[in-house]
Amino acid sequence: MSAQSETTRVALEHETSQELGLPKDHRILGLWIFLAGECAFFASLIGAYLGLHTGVAHGPTGAQLFDLPLTTVATLILLSSSLTVVLGVAAMQRRDVRGMQIWLWLTALLGIIFLEFQGYEFYTFYHHGLTLQTSAFGSAFFTLTGFHGLHVAFGVFWILLLLFQSLRHGINEDRTTKVFVMSLYWHFVDVVWVVIFTLVYLAGKVS
Amino acid sequence: MAAITERVAIAHSEARSYHGIWAWLATVDHKKIGIMYIYAALFFMAFGGAEALLVRIQLWQPNNHFVSAETFNQLFTMHGVTMIFLVAMPILIGYINAIVPLQIGARDVAFPRMNALSLWLFVLGGIFLYTSWFMGGAPDAGWFNYVPLSGAHFSPGAGVDFYDIGLQITGIGTLMTAINFLVTILNMRAPGMRLLRMPMFTWSALITMLLILFAFPPITVNLILQMMDRLFHATFFNIPLGGNALLWQNLFWIFGHPEVYIMILPAFGIVSEIIPTFSRKPLFGYESMALALSVIAFLSFMVWTHHMFADGLGPIVNSIFAITSMLIAVPTGIKIFNWLATIWGGQIRFTTANLYALSFIPLFVIGGISGVMLAMAPADLQYNDSYFVVAHFHYVLFGGTLMGALAGLYYWFPKIWGRLLNEKLGRLNFWLVFIGFNVTFFPMHILGLEGMPRRISTYAPGYGWTTPNQIATVGAFILLAGMLILLYNLIRTFAKKPDLVQDPWDGRSLEWSIPSPTPEYNFAQLPLVEDRDAYWVAKREGNGELPKAEPVGPIHMPSPSLSPFFLALTVVIAGYAALLHVDWLALVALLAVFWQIGLQLVHEDHGYHVHPDVPAGGAAE
Amino acid sequence: MRRHRRPGFKASLPLIVTLAALLLGGCGLGKQSTLSPAGPVAQAQLGMLYESLAIMSVIFIVVLAVFVYSLIRFRARKTDTELPKQVHGSTALEIVWTIIPIIIIVALSISTVHYAFALETPQTGKGTVQVQVIGHQFWWEFRYPGTGVVTANQVHIPVGKKVNFSLQSADVVHSFWVPRLGGKTDLIPGRTNTLWLEASKPGVYYGQCAQLCGAGHAYMKFTVLAQSPAAYKAWLQHMQHDTVSVTTPEETAGLALFKQDCSTCHTIQGTPFHGNVGPNLTALATRPTIAAGTLPNTAQGLATWLKDPAAAKPGAKMPDLGLSQTQIQSLVAFLQTLK
Repeated sequence: MSAQSETTRVALEHETSQELGLPKDHRILGLWIFLAGECAFFASLIGAYLGLHTGVAHGPTGAQLFDLPLTTVATLILLSSSLTVVLGVAAMQRRDVRGMQIWLWLTALLGIIFLEFQGYEFYTFYHHGLTLQTSAFGSAFFTLTGFHGLHVAFGVFWILLLLFQSLRHGINEDRTTKVFVMSLYWHFVDVVWVVIFTLVYLAGKVS
Repeated sequence: MAAITERVAIAHSEARSYHGIWAWLATVDHKKIGIMYIYAALFFMAFGGAEALLVRIQLWQPNNHFVSAETFNQLFTMHGVTMIFLVAMPILIGYINAIVPLQIGARDVAFPRMNALSLWLFVLGGIFLYTSWFMGGAPDAGWFNYVPLSGAHFSPGAGVDFYDIGLQITGIGTLMTAINFLVTILNMRAPGMRLLRMPMFTWSALITMLLILFAFPPITVNLILQMMDRLFHATFFNIPLGGNALLWQNLFWIFGHPEVYIMILPAFGIVSEIIPTFSRKPLFGYESMALALSVIAFLSFMVWTHHMFADGLGPIVNSIFAITSMLIAVPTGIKIFNWLATIWGGQIRFTTANLYALSFIPLFVIGGISGVMLAMAPADLQYNDSYFVVAHFHYVLFGGTLMGALAGLYYWFPKIWGRLLNEKLGRLNFWLVFIGFNVTFFPMHILGLEGMPRRISTYAPGYGWTTPNQIATVGAFILLAGMLILLYNLIRTFAKKPDLVQDPWDGRSLEWSIPSPTPEYNFAQLPLVEDRDAYWVAKREGNGELPKAEPVGPIHMPSPSLSPFFLALTVVIAGYAALLHVDWLALVALLAVFWQIGLQLVHEDHGYHVHPDVPAGGAAE
Repeated sequence: MRRHRRPGFKASLPLIVTLAALLLGGCGLGKQSTLSPAGPVAQAQLGMLYESLAIMSVIFIVVLAVFVYSLIRFRARKTDTELPKQVHGSTALEIVWTIIPIIIIVALSISTVHYAFALETPQTGKGTVQVQVIGHQFWWEFRYPGTGVVTANQVHIPVGKKVNFSLQSADVVHSFWVPRLGGKTDLIPGRTNTLWLEASKPGVYYGQCAQLCGAGHAYMKFTVLAQSPAAYKAWLQHMQHDTVSVTTPEETAGLALFKQDCSTCHTIQGTPFHGNVGPNLTALATRPTIAAGTLPNTAQGLATWLKDPAAAKPGAKMPDLGLSQTQIQSLVAFLQTLK
């Protein structure tokens, strides 16, 4: 009877949790749901920016400040970090711990380079007279891109923690999921940047 | 009777054990967390209620000087903030914590430590908000805190900073609750517990969590923007520097209207559990009830400007939002009629829980009627920001949410605490609250139509407002008497020995199939669910026992941990530091917060195993 | 479990008592009541109230009747031995109570959309009067474009004419509401909103700020004085040609004091005093109240105000000038000459 129950259980458990075809691991599903909330978060920030970007008061406008070639390079760097994280996860799934570590190092490095670009951009804008206090445009620009930057910085921190963990303790089933979850977050942060690049920089330069 | 009737002892545990108060601070058990949510909500309710009473005393007679105008503004602001963020939501989240895992046949929530973090962010965030009274004054710009009044220029004190930071702290906790319960409900249902077999309370929790997931980010952003303005002199809401006053209103109400449904949907769920139980009939139109919840949730995101009809957005915007707002009456009507059809032909038992649940129907219909009236944009220009609105949302949030919450308290009390509340006191409690509520809030409809704006600290004689105000104030004291009876009933019940009744109401869902109070692992063996109302079916068609989906064996449990509490504490320290402009401490605390989050992300919890002590006979499976 | 005999009746009792108490108590229509409209806008809005209330009352009565009947008829009895019939739903019924509300909503939508356009579109017809309203913490400024006339806290309008109020705020969000003439519209910094109203009969109509604006929110009242078109025209002319004439020594002393202490903030037409921080005081003596409806416009009221404005009106921006009793008397005497 016990054996029979066990079979039923396996069958039914499959049926319940797979009713909607969702990931079975709580952490993966949880992260997807978290990202849905993050979408609402960035949508609100981007909405606020779009509502305020014409409010430049006496300060400079986006069209005057944005340096498209520079930002394009930064964008390409961030986007290529999505590729390196994919390669890292692929190596991990091949049980190639060394390969995974190298790709993750590279991802973190690209993230840091992106942040340096952002730091440089903030610094130049500041010297051209745009600060958080200059105008609603300034406030919205620095807050939106700043929060994105914080997300990148947190991602770098997360990668480094996982790297140290894998260096000290190797990798196992549980840590594989941890790395995979981080990679989802990292992709999301990249995708948000594409939206920001389009709506803030490209559209801002055109208008 | 179920196989296991006694509490089982933990045979061996690998985890560190905590005692006394530390056991509560370190717990990751959803039932204990639920209990603490409910206690904290009742605690804050005493403060929110006291604030309301002071408001009612001030409005007792024209030109009253019981409190100053400045204090009055703080009182109604804190009353609103408290009742919404520190009472209504937490008490419902408390029930969701205590009951939903049991209803779906789960042993815990998906992320137990994150669950504890949500709780502590709420508790400490609420205390943070309340310390504003001793640190230069509470927030005083109303619960929707419109700019520019709430900006640094017109509100230079720290009150609004407490609002901005306090609501961010509790809000992040709520957001994590949403993620936690979405994963729990989607992924941790017992074998056979399909979505369309879930109890309606679990359905309401699922939809509520979706609402939180999409409604809380906009308010978080809004609070961040205002915090940037107030603490770092950003100019989001500084009009001469390009800021926009309507940005606040839009982001606020994009959150604010779904928020109303975050508070009412779980109450719908509670009523949908209690009414069938005490009618001894299944819930009428189960599928349409679940669908109605979803439709209400969907529509709630496209009605926000009905709070802004007087903003002069023009007839096109107002017409569109008027119609979408009225449309909500359709799914709401379906729910009301389905409840009526559930009691129709039943065998209705008038327990206190059911009295509260039944009273929900007419009271919520009154709130719904005034809701449809308010949705008619051109007519709303007369009702908006008058006492008519105050009457409306109290019929919805008190007549709806709080009546539902009190129904849930009487209904689930024996399950959560293992004791039955006294029914005689319960009925007295109900009638005082019911009468007091109507005497307090019905006259406010009249006041609004007689032209009394909300939030005025006093009024002159000769407007015809004195009598309705006095009736309302008398009603508030009847309500107070009712709530004191509840308090007495709680104290009395805690003083007596536990009854340990497993299934006092002839319940329908899985929580009644396990002992009261529930052992920490909930189910010694996970049940196999083959029907809606599975436990009811098992009692009627079988031997009262649910089929088991697994053999008896060791049960894996998560380890208790103090880290959620300390993480929440660090967040609150960062909040105080930012508010007091101790920038270095704010920075250090924030870095500590991120460091702790990072540690949680790489944390490896092996938990421990519990060996349920199943009496002979139960292990036969 | 002990049962209630007649729960239905008991359930409705408090409601009946409440309603009766209200009808006996406070329902004489007050001077700021939306239920006694004095113009077409308020009339239309009251019509919508009656329309929706009538339809909704029918629904409420039906729900309540079914509810009370069920509670009595289907209460559990000692004689119950079998389970009641286990009904899970009825597609036909559920469709019925989905469709009926939809029909009601369609009906209510028609008048909603119709009046949204009729009441929320600025009026352009001949004889339409324009008034600019500027909200301040915590008083109202009224300007008559093209005439130079500026007044405060009492707005004059001609009877039978549509009046377009253009609404702006000098500080925080306020809301302009005269319940007997029509619904409110907010004054939002950075925006100009419009609201049109019309008074059908001459009279005084009471209004007040309806959006929380700070400590003085309850004290931000105003009146609308609806006059015959001739009287309105005469008033406008008077306001443009007002001059100050002081006769007694006390009034003269008051004028000097005004020049010294008040003129940086207040304007009086026909004088060199052009401060624009506080309300324009031209023809102050003709207004029924001072401090936005807070005090009667009497010698006593003025003296109370001048002695300590913030004590008379919470949040008042006018400073306490530290005037002596004699100085207050002179100023009051002077202010009362502003006719």
